[in-house]
Amino acid sequence: MFKFTLSRILQAIPVMLVVVTVTFFLVRLAPGGPFDAEKAVPPEVLRALEANYNLDLPVWQQFTHYIGDLLQGDFGPSFRYPGRSVNELIAAGLPASAELGFYALLVAIVIGILAGIISSLRPNTAQDYIPMSAAMIGICMPSFLLGPVLVLIFGIWLEWVPVSGWGDIPGDKILPALTMGSAYAAYIARLSRGGMLEVLSQDYIRTARAKGLPERVVIFKHALRGGIVPVIAYLGPAFAGLLTGSFVVETIFQIPGLGRFFVQAAFNRDYTMIMGSTIFFALLIIVFNLLSDIVAVWINPRLRHQTQGG
Amino acid sequence: MAIWRRVLTPLICLWLTACGGGETNVEMGNREKILQFGNRTEPQELDPHIVTGIPEANIIAALLEGLVAKDPKTLEPIPAVAERWEISDDGKTYTFFLRKNARWSNRDPVTARDFVWSWWRALQPALGNQYAYMLFVIENAEAYNKGDIQDFERVGVKALDDHTLEVRLTHPTPYFLQLLDHQSTYPVHRGTIEAFGAPDQRGTRWTRPGNYVGNGPFVLTTWQLNKIIEVRKNPYYWDADNVRLNGIDFRPIENVSTEERMFRAGQLHITQTIPIDKVPEYRKNNPGVLQVAPYLGTYYYRFNVKKPPFDDPLVRKALNLAIDRKAIVTSITKGGELPATTFTPPDTMGYTAESDLRFDPEEARRLLAEAGYPDGEGFPVTDLLYNTSEGHQKIAVAIQQMWNQYLNVDIKLNNQDWKVFLNSVNLGDYDIARAGWIGDYVDPNTFLDMWVTGGGNNQTGWSNPRYDEIILKLAPAADTQAERYALMREAEAILLDELPVIPLYIYTSKSLIKPSVHGIYGNLLDHILYKNVWLSDADGNK
Repeated sequence: MFKFTLSRILQAIPVMLVVVTVTFFLVRLAPGGPFDAEKAVPPEVLRALEANYNLDLPVWQQFTHYIGDLLQGDFGPSFRYPGRSVNELIAAGLPASAELGFYALLVAIVIGILAGIISSLRPNTAQDYIPMSAAMIGICMPSFLLGPVLVLIFGIWLEWVPVSGWGDIPGDKILPALTMGSAYAAYIARLSRGGMLEVLSQDYIRTARAKGLPERVVIFKHALRGGIVPVIAYLGPAFAGLLTGSFVVETIFQIPGLGRFFVQAAFNRDYTMIMGSTIFFALLIIVFNLLSDIVAVWINPRLRHQTQGG
Repeated sequence: MAIWRRVLTPLICLWLTACGGGETNVEMGNREKILQFGNRTEPQELDPHIVTGIPEANIIAALLEGLVAKDPKTLEPIPAVAERWEISDDGKTYTFFLRKNARWSNRDPVTARDFVWSWWRALQPALGNQYAYMLFVIENAEAYNKGDIQDFERVGVKALDDHTLEVRLTHPTPYFLQLLDHQSTYPVHRGTIEAFGAPDQRGTRWTRPGNYVGNGPFVLTTWQLNKIIEVRKNPYYWDADNVRLNGIDFRPIENVSTEERMFRAGQLHITQTIPIDKVPEYRKNNPGVLQVAPYLGTYYYRFNVKKPPFDDPLVRKALNLAIDRKAIVTSITKGGELPATTFTPPDTMGYTAESDLRFDPEEARRLLAEAGYPDGEGFPVTDLLYNTSEGHQKIAVAIQQMWNQYLNVDIKLNNQDWKVFLNSVNLGDYDIARAGWIGDYVDPNTFLDMWVTGGGNNQTGWSNPRYDEIILKLAPAADTQAERYALMREAEAILLDELPVIPLYIYTSKSLIKPSVHGIYGNLLDHILYKNVWLSDADGNK
């Protein structure tokens, strides 16, 4: 297990290096610069601004400067927000995004796995079709539609929950968590249904039932463990995605998270912010993929055997 | 089923705690006299000599105050830090008498030397102040900013004593007093800025809550990124007795639909704008909260006059005559916009240009034939470029159809992401491009000086020696306003005759305002004088 983890960590280093290099040069190739605006910036002001952020140096020198700072954990100053460092912006947005991501994941797991189990118990009956159709709709319905619809029904017509905000008014976290979690819930429902169906047809389940165990124990103790393996593999990247926020959900609900910074950095050609968010996101994906692999191995004895053997 | 009970019970509980309403932001605001302000985007900075955007200006106007302010109804100059001023007979020397009770929020007095130092800072080349040009009407300010002279003593601003400031201008500039209410001419507190870095260093921590020392009616107390900026009443402000708000909460809300929903749910007193498709609904059902006012800005198309066939004025005129502006404002923009027949919005400080821009498809066809394209025959493939946005697209589609219908000319629509778009226009890599211009101050000069040869915002390649002569030499030196306006009318007539640009409509500002808000009037600059604003307790109908 240790060897497996170590080798995965070592593999991550060249991946990160490629991510950093490619992003660095790609953002500079995109037309338009960070200081272009509707009102033209006078040339001498532009020169002063570029000198301020080392953009007057040859690109390879900018790159070595950047790598030097990066190795010290410094993502540099944001071009868009003159008084802010990229580290500061990420640190400011992460708590809200992570919290939202956590709730959304909770919603996704609870609803998704339950729906998956329910449909797998009586495949190809109404009990299967209804949750699975709902899941299909959940996958297809984009959050920029679902969000406003939920707000309209529960926020404006019924006035049960606030229409936006984050931690200002009690209950304002419910709709964003539902909006963001629903698409993931739908995937998880389909994955867990598939996993459960496969497990439920196996001999050891028949044995468990033959022993006269109550159905509840058969499902939750024996079948579920194997049935959710595909879900675990999916959760790693899903959690990385949820943590780093969603531009759409954050914009609809006015949440001060990372997702807005990420997308806006690209629109604004905020080079350092694009770099910082890309690197941060890549790191998260690598870490959570690794974690989900470790959990999958731990939960599934057959995989555990393979890693110890190899 | 047991599972359902176990999962649903906590969920329902969570739901119920959320329900039951509670006080909205607006109710809280009315009670505590705190204005809930929708402010579009997260401000880039709060340093008046660095920022360029409207959301930033909205906040800075609460924190700092210039020599002169603007009347919120008429936009006429009213005393602010300066209690009065004298203008020399030649119109070139202004003497400002600063009020002795003007203070910074740390109780330091605001002196004439603060203004000299602040303008010195605003003109430092290394600061990268994009609005430094607002000070260029002052003698030698431009030369100093561009590094042609090093000695700031030669720039025309001098503190005669602590409370008297003398400013010498290059030309008599009738709009000079207006510039003094622009953030780029606001004073900043020297001790604070120097405590956090060099005066010309960008982005130091002096603008953070707790550090920010201002001289405006409010002080900065909270700044949470992408969430809220809170300002609260400044007890040391000279006119604090007349400030009726206890504070303002600025919320950066980028999505206009979210903003409108928040307004409906009682989370905002005032919005920056309103989704276009909601305007008719508010007009019909709730006109009391909708405020629409003419705005000092022009929506227009620019031609790349270096590129055939647009180097031919006949082609430009033909395309112009085939546009039905009235149809655009009545069936597309629908926000009370005015069809533009001049580039400078009509009645800009009493100035209205003469124009014969009109919709005349007959004449358009004749001119196009005269230019060598009878019935659109042989007209080259043309790109109409705009930055990605639903509104711009609708207008572009309409104009594409008009040109096709009346001139039999085929135009391809091409949309680009904002920064790519700016880059294309800047490099002259376009045929026809969408543009908008918002005046910096209420004077025709802000609409006309951009079209001089090689002007940074010209970007059409158009050039006319007589136009340059008027705008750069004759008009600034004019003795009287009447003479100056006459010259500017001549210049604008040249512009509208050669048409390097097609003005389409004059913008309007649109916002939603709760009935409990008083003291906000629609005006050309969408300008609010915060100390004039007050909130009534009940949200009754206005």
